[in-house]
Amino acid sequence: MKLKPIAVLAALFTAAGAYAQDSNTLAIDGETFVTETAAPAHMENVDTIYSGWRFRSTETQALELDDFDNPAFVFVDLGLDLWDQVDGSEGKSCSSCHENVEDFAGLRAQLPRVENGELVDLEDLINECRTERMGAEPWKWSGGDMTAMTAVIGLQSRGMPMNVKIDGEAAPFWEMGKELYYTPVGQLDMACSNCHKDNYGVMIRADHLSQGQTNGFPTYRLKNAKLNSIHGRFKGCMRNIRAKPFKEGGPEFKTLELYLASQGQGLSVETPSVRN
Amino acid sequence: MKHTAALAIIAAIYASMAAAETVKPTDVAFENGAVKVSLTGQPGDPSAGRAVFANRKQGNCLACHVNTNLSEESFHGEVGPPMDGVADRWSETELRAIVSNSKLIFEDTIMPGFYVDSGYERPLDKFAGKSILTAQQVEDVVAYLMTLKEE
Repeated sequence: MKLKPIAVLAALFTAAGAYAQDSNTLAIDGETFVTETAAPAHMENVDTIYSGWRFRSTETQALELDDFDNPAFVFVDLGLDLWDQVDGSEGKSCSSCHENVEDFAGLRAQLPRVENGELVDLEDLINECRTERMGAEPWKWSGGDMTAMTAVIGLQSRGMPMNVKIDGEAAPFWEMGKELYYTPVGQLDMACSNCHKDNYGVMIRADHLSQGQTNGFPTYRLKNAKLNSIHGRFKGCMRNIRAKPFKEGGPEFKTLELYLASQGQGLSVETPSVRN
Repeated sequence: MKHTAALAIIAAIYASMAAAETVKPTDVAFENGAVKVSLTGQPGDPSAGRAVFANRKQGNCLACHVNTNLSEESFHGEVGPPMDGVADRWSETELRAIVSNSKLIFEDTIMPGFYVDSGYERPLDKFAGKSILTAQQVEDVVAYLMTLKEE
């Protein structure tokens, strides 16, 4: 996103606290997406939540409006090939057990969730199938095979509202995620909240700070021209503030993902989205 | 004999003062929102400070502050206040304190302490135990900021 100095100055003079970039509406194939809605009651000091799409330039936004233009769909096609590909000692593919990938509609919007006392993500569910039922090796959390598959499965929920459970068994995990969200780390000594809650809507050098919503993941980033997992994005953020990242798939990132997902309750799933 | 010993002690004190001319991050003396003496005992270099201000791997101050004096650089951030005329608003000793550790000056600020080498959690190994800027870089940035006058 290129900003002319005059645009920076204009933004400076019009900015009265945090604001979203514009009032564009996101429609894909005639279906309108919720990119702005009232913040859930459990959010502190934020009235309105916005999809990350709202903070991107017009050019980047346009790439998500049509699946033919959306570069993430190259990886969706790869994921659909993997769906039918036999792997492991049991001679099975995903499609051996799951007749229609469409049956996963709604799943992405509810994750992460608690199963048997543990917080599980889509990546966990996929790897459980691979190791327990296919007799195959687990995929790396943010590897190309995994992000292609999370994109295919996530796509089935596209347009549905984010709706993670945060009470009952999920409550202690959610509390842990919240704690992490507000804990400063790294040589720059910053918490997620410093940028994504207190300063969303303003520019930090060339980046337009978003609320850090998860509804578009895995997301195709123009920066690295591939699909990015949520945990992979967390790692990037932590490195930026010169902090040692937590482990992908570990308890810290899973609970943080739950907390962030809960901040996006009501936003439409955009998987696979396009961002900078 | 006594005289010689006393002289030796005085000489040793002077020698240690010369060696300790750079103030360590943990020894910076904050007084009423100001740091009175140069961290290196040397004056800062404004042109070196200008480079540190813009450099993404050093101060990267432009990430958060608009600065017309660096209009040749694209992408000025908006998180903090603009730097135009900053020397009209703050004194050199106050700017030294703000750059060294703004958290002691402004409650709940997002601004990192640039001359702080401990107290933060989970730093990447290559930054552990280090401050973002060296003492001389802090002085250079302060000297540069002192040139940003509007009045």
